[in-house]
Amino acid sequence: MNIEVEDLHFSYPGGVEALRGITLRIEGGELVAMVGQNGSGKTTLVKHFNGLLQPSRGCVRVGDWDTRTVSVARLASRVGYVFQNPDDQLFCKTVAEEVAFGPRNLGYAPEKVEQLVRRALAWTGLTGREGTNPYDLSPTWRKMVALAAVLSMDTPVVIFDEPTTGQDWQSVARMARVIAMLREEGKTVITITHDMDFCAENFTRVIALGGGQVLLDGPADEVLGEAEILAQTFVEPPQLVRLARRLGWKETPLTIPVFLDACRRSVRKEDGADGAERRFDT
Amino acid sequence: MVIVDLQHVTYRYPMTEQSALEDVSLHIEEGEFVAVIGPNGAGKSTLCYTVAGFIPHFFKGELEGTVEVAGVESRQASLEQRVRSVGLVFQNPFNQISGAKYTVFEEIAFGLENLGVSRAEMPARVEQVMALTGITDLAERSPYALSGGQQQRVALASILVMEPKVLVLDEPTSQLDPVGTREVFGVIRNMALRGMTVLMVEHKLEWVAAFADRVIALENGRILAEGTPAEVLTDERLLEHHFGFSRYTLAAREGRKEALWPPDRRLPVTLDEAETGFREGLRRP
Repeated sequence: MNIEVEDLHFSYPGGVEALRGITLRIEGGELVAMVGQNGSGKTTLVKHFNGLLQPSRGCVRVGDWDTRTVSVARLASRVGYVFQNPDDQLFCKTVAEEVAFGPRNLGYAPEKVEQLVRRALAWTGLTGREGTNPYDLSPTWRKMVALAAVLSMDTPVVIFDEPTTGQDWQSVARMARVIAMLREEGKTVITITHDMDFCAENFTRVIALGGGQVLLDGPADEVLGEAEILAQTFVEPPQLVRLARRLGWKETPLTIPVFLDACRRSVRKEDGADGAERRFDT
Repeated sequence: MVIVDLQHVTYRYPMTEQSALEDVSLHIEEGEFVAVIGPNGAGKSTLCYTVAGFIPHFFKGELEGTVEVAGVESRQASLEQRVRSVGLVFQNPFNQISGAKYTVFEEIAFGLENLGVSRAEMPARVEQVMALTGITDLAERSPYALSGGQQQRVALASILVMEPKVLVLDEPTSQLDPVGTREVFGVIRNMALRGMTVLMVEHKLEWVAAFADRVIALENGRILAEGTPAEVLTDERLLEHHFGFSRYTLAAREGRKEALWPPDRRLPVTLDEAETGFREGLRRP
C-alpha cells in the first residue's frame, strides 16, 4: 500500500514548526528507515501516517484514503504503529488479551484472531507467555508485547518508532527477523532509528530528516555514504561505512559480507598490480 | 583510592527466588570510567541501584555481602551521605523529572536546593552544566514538553550539577542521536578525567571501547568477564552469551579466516584499530 505525502507542514500548538514542507512517496512493500537528529521531525512525520496528527498544510494519503477524512480507528486497519515507549501502548491484563485486542477490534473472525495472535507471539518470541501480565515483564519484553500487539493486526503498513532502543543483541536480531518476515509478506515497513548499523543491515531506503525537511532520500547504500549531509542532522554513517572511508574506498558496504567482498577485491587488485605499492592513499 | 567496593554481593528483589546479583565483587578506583555491558535481564540496572544505595534503602529485598561507597557501608549510610556521594541517572529520564518544577532551569537547580547550596551560587552552576550538556536553549521550556533525547540530557544535567563523587548512569544515551551519543560520552569522559568516578551501563559497544577505562560484562547476575575494553569486547565468551560484538570486531573476526585481517593481530574494538589492522591485512607483499 502506498503512502503519499504532499507538501506537508505541521506546527505544534505553541508555534514550533516541526515539519516544513515534506513531499515523498513510499511504495507498497518498501523497507524505509527514517533517520535524523533528536527533534528533526521523524516521529511527527510518521504520526501523520496513521492520523494521530493532522497536517497544518498539505496532505497525506494512505492508499486511496486521505488521512484528513478518515478516522484514526479506520486508519488502524491500514497502518500499525509501534510506540517508542511500550508503556504508552499497553493496557491489558495479559499478553494474550493485549495481542488479541487489535485484531478483534478490526472485526476479524475469532479463528482468524487466534491465528494472527499465535503468529505474532511466535515472531516476537512470546509464545508460552500468553497468561503473563505485560507489566510483570522486563522493559525489553514489554517492547516485544507492544510489537506483537501491532503485528497481530496484519496491517499492510507497519511503523516502528525506535525499535532497538535499550534492546540487547538478541532482541535486535529478533527485530531484524520480524522485519525480514514482514518483507516476505509484502508489507511496507517504516522505522525510525538512531542505530545506523541496524539501519544499514535491514532497510533498503533511507530518508534523512533535518529541521523538519527531507535532507536525503534514496537507496540505503547511497544515503548512508553521505557523511557530510548526515552530519548536518547529527547522524554518522554506520561503522563499516566509516571504516571503508578510512580505507580510502568509494564503496559503501552496509553489511559484513559486502565489506569482506570489497576486501577481497582490494587484495586481488593488488595481486594483479605487479608488485605495485599498496593502493591506499594515506 | 578505591571509592566503590562491592564484596560478594548477592541480592534478591522482594518476592523473588532468583538472585538478580550473585556473588558480585567489584572495586572501582577514584576517577575511573567503568562501563557495564550485558544482555537484558543480566542485572545491570540492579547493579546501578546497588551502588547508588537504592538497594537496600528503597527496593528492600535481601542483600548479602558488603557495599562500600566513598568509605561508608551502604546499609549504614544516611540519605544525605548517599546523595552527596552518588548520583544515579535513570534508564527512563521521564521517571527522573521531579514534577515539582516548571522549567528545565529550575529542574536542574532542584538538586542544589535540596543540598542547601546558596542561592548566589546556584545560577552559575546550573548554567555551566546546561552548557556542558548542550541544553542551554531549553532553559525556559517545561521539562515535560521535551523529546526523549532532550529529556535524557536534562536528566543527566540535573545529576551532574550536584557534582557527586560517583556518577552512576543507566543507559544514558539510549534515546540520543549518534552525534549526541558521542557528545555525552565525551562529557562523561571529561568528568572522569576531572576525578569523578563513573559507572555506566551501555549497549553501544563502539563508544564503550573508545571511552571507558574498564568494562564489566554481566550475565545472569554474575560477572562473566572484566578488563580493558580491548580484552573484554573481543572475548569469545561474549558471543556465546549473546552480548554481540561491534561490526569492527565481527568483520575482522570473519576476515581473519582468510587472512584479510592479520592472523597474529588482536581483533579491533575501535575504528582506529580496525583501520590499522585492515590496512596491514590487505597489503600484499
